Amino acid sequence: MSALSQHPGYEEEKLQRVREQLPCRENQAGLLLSLLGQPQQYSYPSIFIYGHRASGKSHVMQVLLKELELPHATVSCVECVSNSLLFEQVLLSLFGCEAAAMLTRKPSLSDFVRIYRHQCSQSPATQTRYIVMEKAELLRDADANLLPALLRLQELVEDNVTVILLSEISWDKFRPNTGCFEPLLLHFPDYSKGELQQILSQDRHPSYSAEFYSSYVNILLGVFFSVCRDLRELRHLAALNFSKFCEPLAEGKVKETDTHKLWRNIEPHLKKAMQTVYLREVSSLQWEQMQQMEEKEAGALRGLSAHTHVELPYYSKFLLIAAYLASYNPARADKRFFLKHAGKIKKTNFLKKNEKTSNHLLGPKPFPLDRLLAIFYSVVDSRVAPTASIFSQISSLVTLQLLSQVSHDDQLDAPKYKCAVSLDFIRAISRTVNFEIVKYLYDFL
Amino acid sequence: MSTSSVSKGCFVFKPSAKKKKQLSLEDHFTDGCEGAENSEVRFKLCQLLWERIKTDTEVLQDELNRKVLDSLLDLTRKCSSTRQHSDWASKMRASEIPTAALVLGVNVPDHDMTFQSLSEQLQQSVTPHVASVQAKECGTLKHLMKRVLEKLTGTDVAVDDDEEEEEAEQTSAPLLKGTHCSLGTLCDWYNTKRKKSSSGTPGKKRSSPAKDEQQQPPVVIIFKDLEAFNPRVLQSFILICSLYIERLPLMFIFGIATSPSTIQHMLPHSVSSLLCIELFQSLSCTQHLATVIDKFILTHQFPFKLNGKVMQVLISIFLYHDFSVRNFIKGVQLALLEHFHSQPLSVLCCAKKEALLNVTQLSVRDLERIRQLPSFKRYVERQETEEQVRLLKDDGYLKDVCQRLIKDLRKYHKNYYPVLRCLHTLASSLPRYPLGKQIRELHLICLEKNVWENEDYQSAMKLLKMLAKEELVMLLQRCAEILQQVKSKKMKNALNQLEEMLVKFKQLDTAKAAVESVPDVEESFTSPVKNLQKKTDLFQLQKTLLELNESRRSKKLSPFEVLRNEAIDFIDGLVKSHLSPPESQTLNEVCYYSSSATVRRHLNATPRTSIQAALNTPYYYIQNDSLKTEDGSVSNAAPDICIAYKLHLECGRLINLFDWLEAYATVVSGAEGNDPDSEDFGKVDQVKHARFIQAVSELEFLGFIKSTKQKTDHVARLTWGGC
Repeated sequence: MSALSQHPGYEEEKLQRVREQLPCRENQAGLLLSLLGQPQQYSYPSIFIYGHRASGKSHVMQVLLKELELPHATVSCVECVSNSLLFEQVLLSLFGCEAAAMLTRKPSLSDFVRIYRHQCSQSPATQTRYIVMEKAELLRDADANLLPALLRLQELVEDNVTVILLSEISWDKFRPNTGCFEPLLLHFPDYSKGELQQILSQDRHPSYSAEFYSSYVNILLGVFFSVCRDLRELRHLAALNFSKFCEPLAEGKVKETDTHKLWRNIEPHLKKAMQTVYLREVSSLQWEQMQQMEEKEAGALRGLSAHTHVELPYYSKFLLIAAYLASYNPARADKRFFLKHAGKIKKTNFLKKNEKTSNHLLGPKPFPLDRLLAIFYSVVDSRVAPTASIFSQISSLVTLQLLSQVSHDDQLDAPKYKCAVSLDFIRAISRTVNFEIVKYLYDFL
Repeated sequence: MSTSSVSKGCFVFKPSAKKKKQLSLEDHFTDGCEGAENSEVRFKLCQLLWERIKTDTEVLQDELNRKVLDSLLDLTRKCSSTRQHSDWASKMRASEIPTAALVLGVNVPDHDMTFQSLSEQLQQSVTPHVASVQAKECGTLKHLMKRVLEKLTGTDVAVDDDEEEEEAEQTSAPLLKGTHCSLGTLCDWYNTKRKKSSSGTPGKKRSSPAKDEQQQPPVVIIFKDLEAFNPRVLQSFILICSLYIERLPLMFIFGIATSPSTIQHMLPHSVSSLLCIELFQSLSCTQHLATVIDKFILTHQFPFKLNGKVMQVLISIFLYHDFSVRNFIKGVQLALLEHFHSQPLSVLCCAKKEALLNVTQLSVRDLERIRQLPSFKRYVERQETEEQVRLLKDDGYLKDVCQRLIKDLRKYHKNYYPVLRCLHTLASSLPRYPLGKQIRELHLICLEKNVWENEDYQSAMKLLKMLAKEELVMLLQRCAEILQQVKSKKMKNALNQLEEMLVKFKQLDTAKAAVESVPDVEESFTSPVKNLQKKTDLFQLQKTLLELNESRRSKKLSPFEVLRNEAIDFIDGLVKSHLSPPESQTLNEVCYYSSSATVRRHLNATPRTSIQAALNTPYYYIQNDSLKTEDGSVSNAAPDICIAYKLHLECGRLINLFDWLEAYATVVSGAEGNDPDSEDFGKVDQVKHARFIQAVSELEFLGFIKSTKQKTDHVARLTWGGC
């Protein structure tokens, strides 16, 4: 608690408010504040903050900058598809829309620096200005000069400005080949169980007492903490299951204080939720409906992954089967499977060393179009004319993402594909056309 | 053309629009039409029928999708209203974007119509802000963003569409000048729009303005084909949207062709956790097809019919190739057009009154055509000689007969479909579906030949004779229901008979209760079984089994069994009198379209076969008499490419170019009429060389050969099989 209490230059009252909004992150916030120094002082040019998802990076930054009323610009790098968007947003929030309007159509970095300087000379900084870049890992994909320039923006624009980068990835993965200014690194560690409990207890239901909700959170964490430490996911789970937890209360069977009975009531539901943790199988709305009808017809509503059955036209099924065979069988084995009177080739002598490992472990291999068609014609039981729609089915299988094209779209000559479906899927498909795929798979000989 | 310009340059002359007369649809129809004199009438009939198909299918589709669409609309309404509520649960969920995953099946061409009616209904009843995007126009995040903004912010963007194409690569789109395509701009636009709508114009178009003002109409973004989207683009788009969800009531609809688990394949947890996904499943396409067939094919009200083979082609295209109902209807349209275009007698293919009227107006040539119809010839042969002469000579009499025949044809149809349905209800309850699971399969069987000669039919009848009482009565009741809806004398009679039978079945119950019958039969029946239980040798066993069988056959039938046989025989009689194939009907050519080859050629094109046909028998396309040959060989006067192709068929996988050239030169010299014994014969001169090179490169272009690195001056064959 002491970490946030004394910082010269900031009002005690504001600090108090910050403290209230940042449970379990006082240490980090305090450290950050001492790095930033007093508002009018120059601060370190760039700070890099990293930590896992939902470890409070953006939250801490936002609360600090807002509550302490520091001039700042917050930019999310996902949104900035181009540099110009990024520059515009920074200028907009630091200097207002006139500055942003000065940007040319396709501004370069030096344009940005020039305008920044110009603006800065008109309204010199009395306090440190902050630029917060969220999801900074995307900056690596931007222009090569952008990240190094941002890191030493303070020098470039000769202004009291600090760039703060937030990322889930550690700095080692950022460092460009050409070298750059090293920012100050700050790590946000994961929340501990106690801390999670404290944070989760904060969003309590208004019609129940705080103790009641925190005992609920306690139960929830007891079940889920071992598999899931993501605050966001936990919060989602808490919201999902709370109504069920309260059910006996509403019916008047149990008192709020009777934790044991409540636990006995909720436990099976939590166990069930455990199976689908992270999957978001059903929406939270549907989950609630499911909880309500439960015993009657629980089978009616199923999760996303329960629906794997795909209906395909007859020849598409065979094309997919052929593609699967082409992807998972070595090309040299085709003779054995699809030629009459080919005789049996012994597996061990037949193959090179690297082919002895299961093809299903290695994943699908690319195959050319003509091999696919050759297998298709020998697999399908009737004579099929090579019509245009056979070929269009191949490309529609690609758009359905059941096949994937390996070669480039532009390559018209001998395109290559990979089969992108699982064994279970293809088995289900081949069962519908009475084709025993396992007999044709090299791995299952 | 000349210009008044002094300087040299390029000038564009636009063709003056007036000169060229725009050909109307009708002109296209009449052009090259068989029997041009009544083409106008036929064109009108054709148009009329097509309009009917079109509107009816649209209505049908709407009806079929109603349930899904309604629940989708409910969801959007709910999500716009829950946003206003501040109860705990919805607050906890506030950061999630409500999403509907709409599983539509793999028949992608059909989806357009569904999405269109969906967005129309959304706009009418829930929110004016609907944008639907397709994967092919959104390759990158920038484009996706632009598309969404364009579609939402309105039509003024669409005007300078051409300009946009050029500027697509540039960062800032021409809409909303000066600002960038970002959701921030969209937010601002949305807020001003809302303010405007709440402050001014109280008399709005929407139904309940007062209610709408309180809640924010959601912004719905429809992703028509989720699978085709680039996952990274989609992910970042969703991430961006989730940043704005507090300010902008967004909602997504994903159109999914395969299975909902693609969402999990495409989106990682960090993204999918931002969505609140609800699943909707639309009707399967086979069901859709069944209703369409039910509506247009299996009804006497629709005069145009397809014969068995054409039906087979259309249905197999559907089942084997695309699952697309839209394409099926297009196929019907093609058949319709072809029929009216190529069959002059199709003037009679319309409603009863019109058809009778049209008969009176038939020209002499048309009457001659009628006499030429195979079905009519057969009819004539069946008549007495005097009658035959009259039919062939007297035009007026022929017209009268035609009117009668047309009426007969209509009656045939009127009886055919109800009986077909009855038979289907009975047969579809049998194990293993001997006559097909779907009614269309049974229909196909009936179209082809006499169904009662079919083995499956006979086995089905045998199975029917073994049905238990409750089941049989229930099925017969359903048949009665079907027959009830028909207004035709014969069917009324049949219905009466059937109802009598049903009454008898009921009486059987009461009778049985009164008299405890047939204990003696039981007795005699059980004795051989008892014998069986004793240890016997194989011969004995066989003997007793035979006896058993014998006794069972000779056993006196119970009253129920008698009645059952009677009922089945009755059905059999109905089938035999009404389900004869249409080919047996006189004048069936008027209504039935039979050219399955045309339909197949148009709908299921085989480019490779036609290329090969062209190369093998150039006469087929060029129609030059000098190219006519027997026994499949190519005349030496054929185009170079044909000769080169023919020669290459004789080679193995690798072709020596020089040998090929020599052979080619020999063939071509023969064509030039050179003396085979002269010294120049078969010599390669420059012209022949050039012609050969051209032919070879054409073959390479068509994909029959390609250059290879295995051997110099060789090319590789890409097709297998010789001549």
